[in-house]
Amino acid sequence: MSDDAVKIPAPVAGVGGWLDDRFHGAKGVRTLMHKVFPDHWSFMLGEIALWSFVILLLTGTYLALFFQPSAADVVYHGSYAKLDGITMSQAYASTLNISFDVRGGLLMRQIHHWAADMFMVAIMAHMLRVFFTGAYRKPREVNWLIGIVLFTLGMLEGLFGYSLPDDQLSGAGLRITEGVLQGIPIVGTYASYFLFGGEFPGTQIIPRFYILHVLLFPGIILALITAHLFIMFHQKHTQMPLKGNTEKNVVGQPFFPYFLLKGQAWFFFIFGALVLLATFAQINPIWQYGPYTPLAISSASQPDFYMGILEGSLRMMPAWEINFLGHTLSLSVLIPALLPLGIIFTGAGLWPFFEQWATGDKSFHNINDRPRNAPVRTGVGVAAICFYGVLWAEGANDVLADRFDVPLYTITWISRFLVFILPIGGYFVTKRICLGLQRKDAEMLTHGVEIGIIHQLPNGEFVEEERPLTEEERAVVDSKHVFEALPTPIDADANGVPAPAARSPLGWARTVANRAFVETVAPGDGHGHGYGGNGHGEIEGNGHHAIEDGEHAAVGGDGYDSLEE
Amino acid sequence: MSEFPEEPSGPRRVIGTPSPAPRSVDVPVGPEEPTFSAEPSMAEHADNAERIVAALFILAFLAGCGFIAAYIGLEVGVATLPKGANAVVAALRSNLALGTSLGVALLALGTGSMIWVRHLTPNIEIEEERHDLPSAPADRAAFQRSFAEGAAISQITKRPLVRRTMLLATAPLALAPLVLLRDLGPLPQTDLRHTVWRKGLRAVTLGGLRPLTLADLTIPGSMITVIPEGYQDDQDALAKAGVILIKFEPGQLNVPTNVVSGVTVSSPNWTLDSQTVVAYSKICTHVGCPVALYEQTTHHILCPCHQSTFDASTGATVIFGPAPRPLPQLPLALDSSGYIVAASDFTQPVGPSFWERG
Repeated sequence: MSDDAVKIPAPVAGVGGWLDDRFHGAKGVRTLMHKVFPDHWSFMLGEIALWSFVILLLTGTYLALFFQPSAADVVYHGSYAKLDGITMSQAYASTLNISFDVRGGLLMRQIHHWAADMFMVAIMAHMLRVFFTGAYRKPREVNWLIGIVLFTLGMLEGLFGYSLPDDQLSGAGLRITEGVLQGIPIVGTYASYFLFGGEFPGTQIIPRFYILHVLLFPGIILALITAHLFIMFHQKHTQMPLKGNTEKNVVGQPFFPYFLLKGQAWFFFIFGALVLLATFAQINPIWQYGPYTPLAISSASQPDFYMGILEGSLRMMPAWEINFLGHTLSLSVLIPALLPLGIIFTGAGLWPFFEQWATGDKSFHNINDRPRNAPVRTGVGVAAICFYGVLWAEGANDVLADRFDVPLYTITWISRFLVFILPIGGYFVTKRICLGLQRKDAEMLTHGVEIGIIHQLPNGEFVEEERPLTEEERAVVDSKHVFEALPTPIDADANGVPAPAARSPLGWARTVANRAFVETVAPGDGHGHGYGGNGHGEIEGNGHHAIEDGEHAAVGGDGYDSLEE
Repeated sequence: MSEFPEEPSGPRRVIGTPSPAPRSVDVPVGPEEPTFSAEPSMAEHADNAERIVAALFILAFLAGCGFIAAYIGLEVGVATLPKGANAVVAALRSNLALGTSLGVALLALGTGSMIWVRHLTPNIEIEEERHDLPSAPADRAAFQRSFAEGAAISQITKRPLVRRTMLLATAPLALAPLVLLRDLGPLPQTDLRHTVWRKGLRAVTLGGLRPLTLADLTIPGSMITVIPEGYQDDQDALAKAGVILIKFEPGQLNVPTNVVSGVTVSSPNWTLDSQTVVAYSKICTHVGCPVALYEQTTHHILCPCHQSTFDASTGATVIFGPAPRPLPQLPLALDSSGYIVAASDFTQPVGPSFWERG
C-alpha cells in the first residue's frame, strides 16, 4: 500500500474527529465498514423491494404536494378536454391535474405506480428465494414472519393507494371491498358503515384511505423494514454452500466500499428502470376510465397484480350461501376473501416451526440449502406457487377467454379443478425431480464428472473417463444435510413397546411428516471425506450424514446408520 | 479504507479461499492481519474502465442537465400552453423528455457505479466470524437473577393487590381507542333493506334523465339503465337504486311468482306491456358491481367483475358464477301520463348478502 493511500484529507479527518468527540463512533463505525456481505444474485431481490420502497416514499411525497384527498364535487375545466364540464370528485380532478398540468407529475405518478408493483414483485421473489433456500430457518424465523406481515401490509397499502384517484376502476375495487366487508358475519355491515362513514360510496372513504396510505401504513412498513434490516444485520446474512463458507463464518466483500458502491449502483439501476417504465409503459391511465359512478363498469376490470389472487378466488367460487335463523352466511364471498390468502400466509408463517417439529432439527443454519436437498420444502413451495398461480390467472379469466378464444365458463371450470390438482401434482413431481437431482449429485460425488472421453478396453468394453469433482464443486454438491428419522410407532423398543411420543395422533402426524422429510438419496462411498476444512465439521447438533448406499432413508425409516461428524 | 489493516481490534479477518473469478490481488493467507492493496493488478484494464466510468458519469451529467432543460422548456397544461395547443400531446412530450433524460441519467450512474466497483477496485473477499447468537449460560443466569431481583424489589409478585388493580386500571384505557372509533359512521339500521324507489317514482334514463313511456321501449332485446327521478347527483342512492329495464319479444319473458318468508320477491304482475318489459336491480347480488353486460339472444345478464350470469327471461335467476341470489325485481307501473314508474320499492334488499339479511 502506498503512503498516499493512508492519508486522510484534513477536512474529512476534522469532521470525523468532531463527530467522534461527541458520539464515540470510530470503533463501531469501523466494524460496520468491515461488515461482510455475502454475494449472490438472489440476495439482491430483497434489495429491489427496499429501493422500490425508498422510491415510493420519494415519489409519494411529491404526489401528496398536489393531490387533494376529497370527495367533494367539482366541475372539471382542465387540460383533458374530453372530460371538460364533467362533475367529478376533487380527488379525481387533482389526479388529472397532476397528470396534465404539473410538469413531471405524470412521470411521478407512473413511477409511483410502477414502483408499487415492483415492490410487491420483489417481495414475492425475495420470499420465494428465502423459502426455497431455507433461509428462514433458525435463527431467522422472526425475520421471515416480518416479511409475511410486510407483504400483507403492502397489499393493503396498494389497495388504499390505487383507490385514491376515485376513477371508475378504483371505485369498482372499493365497491367490491364494501361487498366483501358486508359478507363478514355479525360485524360486516358495521365494519362497512364505519369504514365508509355510512352508505357506499359516501364522502369519507378517500380522506380516510389517504391518511392510512400516506401516514399509518408507510410508517408501519418503514418500522418493520428497519427491524427486518437490523435483524438481518445483527444475525449476519446467510450464505450459499460454497468452498470456504461454513456455518461459523461469513465470506464476502466488506460493506465499505464494496457494498456501498454496489448498493448505490443497484439503487440507480432500479430507479432508472422504473423511470423508463414510467416513461414508455403507461400505467393506470385514469383519464381513460373516467370518474367513478356506481352504475358504470367495464369488462376486463382487473386490480393490480398483487390483488389478482383475491379477484380470481372471488371469480372461481361457486354460489354458496347459507340462510339460517334470519341470518345470511355469504360463503361465496367469505371463502374466497379469507381462505386462499389465509392458507398461504398462515402456512408460510407456520412453516419454519412445522419443519422444525417434523425434522426435529433445532440447530442454527447459516448456509442455505440447495432446493433439491430439501425435497418436501421445495415441493410444498411449488405447490403454493401452483395454488397461487391458478387463483391469480383466474382473476383475469375474461381476458384469457378473450385472448385464447375459450369460453369464459370453461376457464372458470378448468381453474376450479386445477386449483386442487395442480398443487398436488406439483408437489409430487417437484419432489421426484429433487430426488433425481440428488441422485445425480450422489453419482457425481462417488464417480466424479464424465469428461467426454471414451476408451475402448481390449475386451471391447467402453469406459467413459471421469475426473473427480474439484474442491469448489464438491463443496456445492456435498452440501446436503440428512435428517435422522424420528422413532416411529413401528420402531418398538427391545420390549416391544412403541415410543410414547409416537402413539398420539399428533405423534402419528409427526411421524408421517418426518418420513417425508427424511426421504433422501444417500451418497455412496467417499462421502464425508476429502473436503475437510470447508466447515461441515462445524455444523452444530444436526450434522447427520447418511452413509448408507443407495437406499432411501425413508423406506422403513428404521434406524439406518448415521454418522455424527 | 486506508485504515483498513492497521488496527488489531475489530473483526478477525482472514482471506478466504479464492473466488472462482481470477483474483486481482495476491494476499497473504494466514492468521496475521493482511495488507490490502488499493490498486487493481491490471493497471491498463483499470485505466480503460476509468475512462468508461467517467464517460458514463458525464452522460449522466448531460442527461441530468437535459432533465432540467426539458422541465423548463416543455410547458404543460392549458393554463400555460398557447391557445389551441393540445394539452394531452404536451403532457406526453413532457413525460417522454423528462422520463428519458432522468432514466438515462440514473441508468448511466448505475452502470458507471457497477463498472467502478467491478473493474476499478481490487477483488477482495474477507471472512468474518459468526458469533454465537445465544448468550453464554453465565450471562443468561445473571440476567435471570437481575430480573428476579428487580421483580422482587418492585414487590409486584408480593403485592397482588397492586398488580391486579393496575391491570384493572388499564382495561378501560385499552378499550378507549376502540370506543373512539364508534363515530366513524352511523349504524346500518335497516338502510341496506331499502332503496329510494317508492310508489309512483319515475324511472329516468341514466344518460339523459329522460322519463320513459312504453313507446320508448319498442326494440326487443334492448337493455337500458334507469335511475329514480331526481336522484342523479346522489351517489349513495344510485349505488343501490340503479335498475335495468329490459324489453322482450312477446312470450319470451316468464317471470315466476316467488314468495320468500311471506314476501313476494318476483311476480309477472310487476312487468309491463303484456309481460314484455321487466326491471331488475343493476347491483350484483355477489359483491355489488353493476351488472352491465346483456346478451340479447340468450337473455343473459353478465356482471363483468366476477362473471355472475343471470337469466333475464326467468326472473334473473343465477345460471353461473358466485352470485347466490337472483337480481331483485322492481315492481313496475305506469303513471297517469303513461311514464314508467315504480309500483313500490324493491321487496327485498338489493346488492350483496349481509349477515342481517336473512
